[in-house]
Amino acid sequence: MDLAPVLDGFVVVLEPTNLLYCLIGVVVGMLVGVLPGLGPAATIAILLPITIGLEPVTSIIMLAGIFYGAQYGGTITSVLLKLPGEASSVVTVFDGHALARQGKAGTALGIAAIGSFVGGTISIVALSFLAPVVAGFALDFGPPEYTALALLGILLVATVSSGSRLKAVAAAVIGLLLATVGRDAFTGGERFTFGNLNLADGLDFVPIAMGLFGLGEILYNLEQRHTAAQAPAKVANVWPSRADLRQSSGAIGRGSVLGFVLGILPGGGATLSSLAAYAVEKKRSKTPERFGKGAVEGVAGPETANNAAATSSFIPLLTLGIPANATMAVIFGALLIQGVPPGPRLVTDEPELFWGVVNSMYIGNILLLIMSIPLVGLFVKILRVRPAILAPITVLITLIGVYTVNNSAFDIVLVIVFGLLGYLMKKVGFDPGPLLLAFVLGTLLEDSLRRSLLIFDGDAVGFFTRPISGTLLVVFLLVIVVPMIRSALSRRRPADHPSDTKELV
Amino acid sequence: MVAALVVALGAAALVGSLSLGAGSAGNPGSGTWPLILSVLLVVLGVALAATARTTTDAERFSRGSWLVLAGLATMVAFVAVIEGIGFEIPAALLAFVWLRFLGGEGWRSSVITSVGVVAAFYLIFVAALSVPIPHLF
Repeated sequence: MDLAPVLDGFVVVLEPTNLLYCLIGVVVGMLVGVLPGLGPAATIAILLPITIGLEPVTSIIMLAGIFYGAQYGGTITSVLLKLPGEASSVVTVFDGHALARQGKAGTALGIAAIGSFVGGTISIVALSFLAPVVAGFALDFGPPEYTALALLGILLVATVSSGSRLKAVAAAVIGLLLATVGRDAFTGGERFTFGNLNLADGLDFVPIAMGLFGLGEILYNLEQRHTAAQAPAKVANVWPSRADLRQSSGAIGRGSVLGFVLGILPGGGATLSSLAAYAVEKKRSKTPERFGKGAVEGVAGPETANNAAATSSFIPLLTLGIPANATMAVIFGALLIQGVPPGPRLVTDEPELFWGVVNSMYIGNILLLIMSIPLVGLFVKILRVRPAILAPITVLITLIGVYTVNNSAFDIVLVIVFGLLGYLMKKVGFDPGPLLLAFVLGTLLEDSLRRSLLIFDGDAVGFFTRPISGTLLVVFLLVIVVPMIRSALSRRRPADHPSDTKELV
Repeated sequence: MVAALVVALGAAALVGSLSLGAGSAGNPGSGTWPLILSVLLVVLGVALAATARTTTDAERFSRGSWLVLAGLATMVAFVAVIEGIGFEIPAALLAFVWLRFLGGEGWRSSVITSVGVVAAFYLIFVAALSVPIPHLF
């Protein structure tokens, strides 16, 4: 492996501007992690307009910081308030809060921070070695491979998203349809624009992301009754004892590996890997009855895994140009806005960006470790800010922010429309994640499909005769067919049909 | 209900794609891909309708839903006037409505916060960053 670009990456990170934005990113990430309601995807979406004036490296360093910073922050509220600030910290509640009630909140937070740091760092090192290899492999990909890859990516994300699979796939198809609005790249003809000039260039990514994730979540939260935050547990002695460390070292190791692997898979990501890590620790433990009553491993495993996954989910994005989850889809959009198409060429064509972003994660993780151990008290104070005050500020940032992208009031209208759509989707059980992800991949998918059909002269069998696209499509079909068969079988025997999620937890 | 909407959307897209020219597998046209998608959407909608009775993940609309509608109304009003009278007055009003009526804050704190927020926005966006948003002053 050529080390020169890796070292140049450090030079990029150590530029004062980049260091500053890395710090801003992780602090913002930590904050949104602590505050229940807005998740990292929503925050990154809302901040997209700000990144337009920045250098590509700087903006992605900041956005990435928000993403992994949120994994640290979500832990704090899970432990102290039994209120997960983040979906990926839900399982931390079980043992983290139990520890807090025993007066060991500090231990739980300390272990989580150390685990997060170790998981994140191991994941970055592995990413540094694996990503260039994957990118090199993907350089030979042609349109058929990209068609298969995009299809599989969208399907997997839809499959593991929350709620019904059918609804998630329907949401993804709607996303793909939305991507077709505007000028046809092949013929130049207009599609679904209804004569509206604002639609001729297609729907813009920014208002859709900001609306679906940002406004949609704010509107959804508006309706939920907010219970007043109770007084958080006292935090004393954040440094875990040596016995605790020894007890959780295995969990941290397993969490790192599990998180890294699950993070790479499309649809995996932080939430799924924290659930899986918890299940693994509970199964492996000689005393599983301690879980839920304050087992340190039950905090260490999931918290390590969600950070490792947050880092490794950058691999498919930066090497294949396929975002692995909704947050990555937003970062994909941010890269496109910067005029940097993510894909296998990124490592070789934009080494400064690639290694700058990757190496910034080391710095970010160190910053987070520093912040999350001594400064926990400060972040807990943030919880006193009432959501009622935060909501209008976020709304105004969204509305004014989206205007500044193209100086167009039409974009504000779009943001409101998609905000309403995001709200309604949440209400009726559709996950907006697959829609956005499919929208982002829509153009790539259609282009590659049409190119492939031209190459194959209309013969779809061609997809299956090429080894890589063939394999991917077989997996694609299996992912569709296997659950159908399984549910058909279980309908016949309704007795042994335990809910999957309960099993995991 | 939702399933019917999905089917309707699919059907509408189907008509639209047919008018774009469906093309063929060997020579895909503008409408080929949208056509595939809309057929898929109709199928999914029908499948959703078939399984509608067994799924219970939808939430009911409650009294709280009116808050959402009111929130949306303030945003629509904001867009309608921003290019005419600048962002300051509509932004202050929006923040006030959200704080006082949607958030249940007190009168005094609502007024102070909304004015403060707009002042902060003005200083950041207009004075410091000179972002070209329409403004009065």
